[in-house]
Amino acid sequence: MSDTETKAPEGDSSAGKIYGVVLSVGVVCSLLIVSTYEFTKPIIQRNKIAARELAILDVIPAAVSSEAYLLDEASGEFQAAGEGVEDANLVFAGYNAEGELVGLALGARGMGYQDYIQVLYGYSPQQQAIVGMSVLESRETPGLGDRIQTDANFTANFEKLDVTVEGDKLAHPIEFVKPGEKSEPWQIDGISGATISSRATADMLHESTGEWIPKVHKRTNDFRGEE
Amino acid sequence: MAVGLEKDVPLGTNDFLDGVLKRNPVFVQVLGMCPVLAVTNTGINALAMGMATAFVLLCSNIAVSLLRKIIPPQVRIVTYILVIATFVTIVDYLIQAISLDLHKALGAFISLIVVNCLILGRAEAFASKNGIRRSVFDALGMGLGFLLGLLCLGVVREIMGNGSLFGFRIFGESYQEWTIMMLPPGGFFTLGAWLLFINWMNQRRAAKAEMEGASK
Repeated sequence: MSDTETKAPEGDSSAGKIYGVVLSVGVVCSLLIVSTYEFTKPIIQRNKIAARELAILDVIPAAVSSEAYLLDEASGEFQAAGEGVEDANLVFAGYNAEGELVGLALGARGMGYQDYIQVLYGYSPQQQAIVGMSVLESRETPGLGDRIQTDANFTANFEKLDVTVEGDKLAHPIEFVKPGEKSEPWQIDGISGATISSRATADMLHESTGEWIPKVHKRTNDFRGEE
Repeated sequence: MAVGLEKDVPLGTNDFLDGVLKRNPVFVQVLGMCPVLAVTNTGINALAMGMATAFVLLCSNIAVSLLRKIIPPQVRIVTYILVIATFVTIVDYLIQAISLDLHKALGAFISLIVVNCLILGRAEAFASKNGIRRSVFDALGMGLGFLLGLLCLGVVREIMGNGSLFGFRIFGESYQEWTIMMLPPGGFFTLGAWLLFINWMNQRRAAKAEMEGASK
């Protein structure tokens, strides 16, 4: 059986052969990667959109369907985004069974402990509050930082987080407080043992709500669709 | 001495069993400690990481064994890394396509399979010197051995650190979790305890064999 064999003596390969082999292995490897990427890209895209659809209905409690909108910088109006349009600033309007607007879902992104965290949060124009939050992407430490998705006390922060608009900014920007110190409806209670991740979530919501809530609040009528 | 020396082994059983038990990558060879300590805080993570690693190990062993005659020795490590990194990238895309939730749970650790010295070690010590059949059995054995090692840690850490097993709560709400078991020190504690236990068992078995030998 020639299973075990001796290594070829050093120096028996010319520089040309070395380059040739490494180059061809490299080419084959890149072809493999590119074809896997091309093959899985539509599936992954579909998974991501499906996950986002679920998240939208999750963060706007009464919603049963949703529609994507995009801010038109020139006119300051929100306009329905066409089918398949992808943009970081998409705003999703959620409608109930009667087709009435029940809330908006917006995305926020910020640096967490290991990598960027991406979340989606629901805004209720009637209550002027954030009514839900869902983590779309995070590489936070399993069992610690990822508790921003599972910790019941933390997710309770987003059941009714006050973002009342006053003039063209928030009356009380969202604040992060230490675990158990929440005393105002616009404060987010942190998680002990996951301070960095929970603070990061609060910070990105602070940024995103500060910029977007006044904008969407002014233009709530843009989202009413063709009722 | 990293290669199984048995000649003409039927069906590569020895190559397989060696990896699972006698030369278990986690408890005997103590290889690939980064994922062993980092991703084993829950049973599911350990299982998924073990399966992903075993898959990459199998693919890389096959590829390296196939290419072993044409890879010049001077650039073998570079080529192995290239091959391994390719399979890791493929696994990363496949997991995203299969389940985004699983991908979310494993996070950055999938990419780190590239630097798992177990895979490079098997490519260099075994697959580059042996035919495909034996390399496949070696990869299956080592992969399963690694998976078992990860599970041993993951199960203990999840039960103690989170009061659950594969996501199902097994202790009541009043159970006070040992958060430290979820943290890196918990990985070291658990690994240390397992190594202690396995060495103690081995010593006991050796002592028993010696006693029996002496009484004859």
